[in-house]
Amino acid sequence: MMAVEKRVARSHPLARQLRGPDKYALADAAQSSVTASLQPRTQTADRVVRSVCPYCAVGCGQLAFVKDGKIVQVEGDPDSPISRGHLCPKGSATRTLAQSPIREYKVKYRRPYGTAWEELDLETAMDMIADRVIATREQTWEAKGEDGKPLNRTLGIASLGGATLDNEENYLMKKLYTALGVVQVENQARI
Amino acid sequence: MPGLGTSFGRGGATTFQQDLQNSDCILIMGSNMAENHPVGFQWVMEARERGAEIIHVDPRFTRTSAVSTMHVKIRPGSDIAFLGGLINYILENNRWFDEYVRTYTNAPVIVDARFQDTEDLDGVFSGFEPKEDKYDIASWQYDDMAMHGSAGRRMGSAVSGGKQDAHPGEVSQEAQNQLLEHGEPPHVDMTLQHPRCVFQLLKKHYARYTAEMVERVCGTPRAEFLKVADALCRNSGRERTSAIAYAVGWTHHTVGVQYIRAASIVQLLLGNIGRPGGGILALRGHASIQGSTDIPTLYELLPGYLAMPHKENVDLANYIEETTSKAGYWYHTDAYMISLLKAWYGEHAQPENDFCYGYLPRVTGDHSCYPMMMGMLEGNVKGFFCVGENPVVGSANGPLQRRAMANLDWLVVRDFVEIESAAFWYDSVEIETGALQTEKIKTEIFFMPAADHLQKSGSFTNTQRLLQWHHKAVDPEGDCRSELWFYYHLGRKIREKLAGSNDPKNRAVTELTWNYPTEGRLAEPDAHAVLREVNGWGPDGKALDAYTKLKPDGSTACGCWIYCGCFKDEQNQAARRKSRHEQDWVAAEWGWAWPANRRILYNRASADPAGKPWSERKKYVYWDEAKGQWNGPDVPDFEKDKRPDYVPPDEAVGEQAIDGKSPFIMQGDGKGWLFAPDGLVDGPFPAHYEPEESPVNNPLYAQQSNPVREQWPSANNPMHWSDGKPGADAFPYVGTTYRLTEHHTAGGMSRSVPHLSELQPEMFVEVSPALAEERNLENGGWATVITARSAIEARVLVTERVPDYVVDGRPTKVVGLPYHWGVKGVVRGDSVNDLVGISADPNVHIQETKAFTCDIRAGRRPRGPALRDLVNDYRARAHLPLEE
Repeated sequence: MMAVEKRVARSHPLARQLRGPDKYALADAAQSSVTASLQPRTQTADRVVRSVCPYCAVGCGQLAFVKDGKIVQVEGDPDSPISRGHLCPKGSATRTLAQSPIREYKVKYRRPYGTAWEELDLETAMDMIADRVIATREQTWEAKGEDGKPLNRTLGIASLGGATLDNEENYLMKKLYTALGVVQVENQARI
Repeated sequence: MPGLGTSFGRGGATTFQQDLQNSDCILIMGSNMAENHPVGFQWVMEARERGAEIIHVDPRFTRTSAVSTMHVKIRPGSDIAFLGGLINYILENNRWFDEYVRTYTNAPVIVDARFQDTEDLDGVFSGFEPKEDKYDIASWQYDDMAMHGSAGRRMGSAVSGGKQDAHPGEVSQEAQNQLLEHGEPPHVDMTLQHPRCVFQLLKKHYARYTAEMVERVCGTPRAEFLKVADALCRNSGRERTSAIAYAVGWTHHTVGVQYIRAASIVQLLLGNIGRPGGGILALRGHASIQGSTDIPTLYELLPGYLAMPHKENVDLANYIEETTSKAGYWYHTDAYMISLLKAWYGEHAQPENDFCYGYLPRVTGDHSCYPMMMGMLEGNVKGFFCVGENPVVGSANGPLQRRAMANLDWLVVRDFVEIESAAFWYDSVEIETGALQTEKIKTEIFFMPAADHLQKSGSFTNTQRLLQWHHKAVDPEGDCRSELWFYYHLGRKIREKLAGSNDPKNRAVTELTWNYPTEGRLAEPDAHAVLREVNGWGPDGKALDAYTKLKPDGSTACGCWIYCGCFKDEQNQAARRKSRHEQDWVAAEWGWAWPANRRILYNRASADPAGKPWSERKKYVYWDEAKGQWNGPDVPDFEKDKRPDYVPPDEAVGEQAIDGKSPFIMQGDGKGWLFAPDGLVDGPFPAHYEPEESPVNNPLYAQQSNPVREQWPSANNPMHWSDGKPGADAFPYVGTTYRLTEHHTAGGMSRSVPHLSELQPEMFVEVSPALAEERNLENGGWATVITARSAIEARVLVTERVPDYVVDGRPTKVVGLPYHWGVKGVVRGDSVNDLVGISADPNVHIQETKAFTCDIRAGRRPRGPALRDLVNDYRARAHLPLEE
């Protein structure tokens, strides 16, 4: 009953403007039924997940709103003692970062001297990379220096990256590389 | 950050962002905080609302300047002259915090009689070996102290392999000061009058850094400099504190570490370290740049700032001996290292096999990112993982980066979008000019799409050493995977392929502990399990709560000793989210900060030597005699029950050898270092040197630039001559690079985002009206900026926000360049790093991008081979080898 009355009322904005308190039609009188029925995505989300902004090192708290298995909105976390709910332009664009129109979802492969990308199955790519690591390591291994002291390493493999990665990821990277004898492990922190 | 590590003991920000609200004065220098750390900047604004003075010293007038109480201009690359001027002002006008300086710093210590200052040797310190471009630091020691320098022991010591080994830069390093051993207390003169005491040496070193000299070197008007100096001094002392915030505007120089050292000296003299509203806040640019140095993907470090073994460290005993300090917490290096080896090699790590130390690879020199790229050019580096990093846009000398990667056998790029570093083989300036041809590039490339932070769980360590956990919200789509997934499964496959091998180099891989639980459809490794290993466990298998529990007998395991405690009580402490509304301003129950959840480091210095607060206004951590412990809103950075009047017995070692009034507990002498006898390769005091490429001769010394800076001169990396040399006038302007609010570094995370790309769509160059007139540049029109490396085009923004300078009597103009663009993405443009040559700080191997020389002319750049002709024309005029 109420809803019907409301819709009827909303169909006559001029009447509402003339009869109601909103004489200049700056608020309720100007609102269409469509607008009235809108809800923020933050309210219709299934769940909210606590996150941290991935851009700079301020460490702003983020709330990721998820609906039907998709991120629908990312907001600042008002509980954070650092950011107190704020996000900067980059942090506010986090959802679009995750859903960029140019984001890649498939492995791409360029063979030596190739002139175009090719498709490659993820599992095959992983095996090929593992094989290359093993072969290059074997080929470039330095067991000892000229003075006979151990080196246990390869300078044939290098790695760069990590400042936007998680601590846990950097830990596995360093652990695996070190066990493989890869010492040229570097990071944005240097740059 | 060896600048901070050497001065105070730990390579991390000494304070946290929220504490800025307690400052009475904040000096922002080498940072455009309002634009690059906008949300953290709210704490600067809180301070201003409470009446604090906010001073922005910067080559440009930015949005940080606009809301500061004072903007003071400074020529790019001259900050040590400015900071040295502050030191001189403090000393000449008796403005130092006397009791703090005498008790908490090494001001009274007598230095070796052989030490000679830059004042004695016209710009170099004693020990300079010109043929090798390095220092023998023996004469920089404290008087009568034994010198134990040997290869691998110390980063600062001369190490074999040409370039010195040193610790990284935005990076920290902690392991130092091992030369100071208990039982050999340094000679001191508490009256600070001895001519060889640190205090007098400091006075002498900076005596010529007068306000007049600051004006001459920095182009900063004398009166403005004096206003800054006075504001800092007025706002420091018992009742007041000042803070300093910096970013890569300080680190990106051939003398960058010494910029931070100079700031450290200012803050120690003014008594601002370890106190609320004080400190030095290093502002990092990436979500976990602090974390990726704590748990390092860096060549010279193992987790927790343990040194990577050097070739000379042939066994564990030698490694431990070389990296252990008698006093301070580095006495327990054996416990940290053996616990790491137990975490990595589990049951295979036993006392009789050196806990598998023998499996670890050894470093022999500088293996950092630029030598690594040189190794690719030479064909020695054959395989390369490029993980969330875009070096062909983000690293100096883009043309060299692309040529290096085009010489690889194989390349793995992991990112969200197809970044320039994945596309260089068909889309780059070199393809356009014909310098590289697609069908002649042998590199095999795997582009692996990455999961984003909402698609995985894990922790970031922010700029204030705070670990914060982010929870997975959704599964990654398609082939997108986390790095955790990629490295875990890559390691699993390699281990399967090597299984059964008896070759010791393969056993180093197959005996590694690598059995992480996985979950879900994608078999994602459990990040909690990894963090728990980082935290470590005791003999009972339970998570440890503090690194003080680590043992050197193999009974404990710990992946990163400084993070021990982050999984205390089997709880992921990084995931704690007690609202700010439910706790005090320190918010100790939000996330977890290393070490031991401390928020202000060295906070014992917030109390006077007797343990009383310096003032009620600046009360923080203090000694409670009734309870017999240190109290306050933060975790005391001191043994909780160590009395302020504690004097170590003669036989004491480790932390027990640090007395009750020495707040810098990681240092071998417990003191803040005004003078750095060890830990740095380019001097115990910061001295002003000109950038590698400079428009002027060094007004302070005959020595033009840092004498031990790193250089890689070649036809691929030509560096301009500085003033006075033939050809220097080809590049008359000073170039400097910076970021914009709407973009993120090399653009992979912002030029892929339509909203951000729309806000900052196009590469531009900022010039002053005078420069625009000099070169006929039109606002909104095109300009070409040229160096010997390349030429790029950009839209012109003529603005008075870029001031002109007079340096040493000569007009000097600045070209401002935001560096985010590249050839891929939603918006595209030329890359500024194509212009920048590679030269670096010798301590940390960080390149100099914040000051170089260039030319600018109206109009767009030539396309194709004509671009090479233009650059070669400039190279010829600049007396440099031509590009092939």
